[in-house]
Amino acid sequence: MTDAHAPAAAGDIGAIPRRHPLRGSAAYLGLTPFAAYVLLFLAIPTTLAVSTGFFTDTGALTLDNVAGLFEPNVLQAFASSFWVSAVTAVLGAVIGALVCYALLGTRPDGTLRSFIDSASSVLAQFGGVMLAFAFIATIGGQGLITVWLRDTVGIDIFAEGNWLYQVPGLLPVYLYFQVPLMVITFMPALQGLKVQWAEASATLGGTRLTYWVRIAAPVLAPSFFGSLLLLFANAFSSYATAAALISQGAQIVPLQIRAALVSETVLGRENMAGALALGMVVIMVAVMWGYSVLQARTSRWQR
Amino acid sequence: MSALVRIGAEPGAVTRVVILSVVGVVFALPILALIEFTFRAGLTGEHTLEHWTGLFSEDAARTYRGLFQAIGNSLVLAAVTVVIVLVILLPTMILVHLRFPRLRRVLEFICIVPITVPAIVLVVGLAPVYSVVVKVLGGSTWTLAFAYGITVLPYAYRAIQANLDAVDLLTLSEAARSLSAGWVRVLLHVLLPNLRRGVLAASFISVAVVLGEFTIASILNRRNLQTALLQVSQSDPWVAAIFALLALLLAFILLLSIGRLGRDRKTS
Repeated sequence: MTDAHAPAAAGDIGAIPRRHPLRGSAAYLGLTPFAAYVLLFLAIPTTLAVSTGFFTDTGALTLDNVAGLFEPNVLQAFASSFWVSAVTAVLGAVIGALVCYALLGTRPDGTLRSFIDSASSVLAQFGGVMLAFAFIATIGGQGLITVWLRDTVGIDIFAEGNWLYQVPGLLPVYLYFQVPLMVITFMPALQGLKVQWAEASATLGGTRLTYWVRIAAPVLAPSFFGSLLLLFANAFSSYATAAALISQGAQIVPLQIRAALVSETVLGRENMAGALALGMVVIMVAVMWGYSVLQARTSRWQR
Repeated sequence: MSALVRIGAEPGAVTRVVILSVVGVVFALPILALIEFTFRAGLTGEHTLEHWTGLFSEDAARTYRGLFQAIGNSLVLAAVTVVIVLVILLPTMILVHLRFPRLRRVLEFICIVPITVPAIVLVVGLAPVYSVVVKVLGGSTWTLAFAYGITVLPYAYRAIQANLDAVDLLTLSEAARSLSAGWVRVLLHVLLPNLRRGVLAASFISVAVVLGEFTIASILNRRNLQTALLQVSQSDPWVAAIFALLALLLAFILLLSIGRLGRDRKTS
């Protein structure tokens, strides 16, 4: 989806406003470094990533790799990725929205808010390997909580096997970056609720319940579901935490890509990584398209 | 706020405190557990300071040479990535803002693409690109910054664009031009000072992203902070935990200062 746009940035010649002193062609030249850079390191890699799946190592066209997407273990990985992303997106969206709600009415430039904003940005984007460490230290075999629950309460959270290094283990870890991402993306929408609407509703005899159900909820809905989709995309594309936590096997799609790249041939196929990348991009494009549609709706109320 | 007549969306004080403290405690736990872990002596449950003091011992430089080297790599990568943002992205954004407003949508679209194309997908196509890059430029660490420049695009774009929208660059540049300033002078003495906050925010967030990057480095077999942390954690998990915490703290400080930058703008 990207390859057509990078060259367009340099080639889309519009009317040149006359009052600008910098001459036309020179100004267009100024766009070339960025266009070339994006072409080389974004457009070409993306095109390569999604197209290599259609070729064998010798360059002949093949549908083998794409057909490989429908093998049971690959489908299983997509299903796991899907439900981990869906569960953490829904839970993350609800908990994150609650936090945003609790923050309403606090001073946007106060200490509490700037602390939560910065902490959220850090946890939402820079967790990765650190998150895996933190959760092993918390609920790993000798983790702080594990040991406490075992010695004091008498509950063995690993009674049914060590699930932290399996797909279910990703749920609490992913939630740890999903909730902060929700706080960052949803807060502006909640902040956009105008006091006047509440006043108007109260003047007309509305209760707080009617205000929430009939005014706030419809206004917030597109933003809430948009953020939920963003959370889904975020979990679906996340690799670092899973890679640090799960060293054996390839239970989710990003780990399948790792396996395909490292071993060169999965299931005796070449370029399987390309087909997996294509599968991921198709889902990501669909989700992000939904996000941008909902985002456009949201911005109507944010003026 | 009085409890009798509450209108609007704001929660009551009790609700607020309950939600924030429950979520706060749950989110503090893993970090606290990680901190506690750095003081553990083996699996015995005893506590010790030796993992921290070990970092300052005489042979630390030798013991953790690989880790320190990886930190150096990450710092070099962060610096080169910031240079890419400042030399390639920033001028393009200014140019589009002033001369090609019609291309703004296109530029925005390009800069958002890296969110839709996750790093783990991009790296599949980056592998062949880098086999060419290595032939042309050699396999030095800094070359990885070309990929990181793409990774930070969405963040850097947003930071700079927010600043561009807040300042009337067109009027400023035309005023400077009509006072017979050359374009270089306009850029350095008129535009950049006005864009300082956006540029700093973009640089800080780029540094934070690069210090946290794992996916691309790991798949391309490069050594950076995060890949080294994972490797070190196999033999010395305590030191890995200490450095993971320090990296997190640094990222937090960087982002806190971005918040400060934004606030200064409103008050000044």
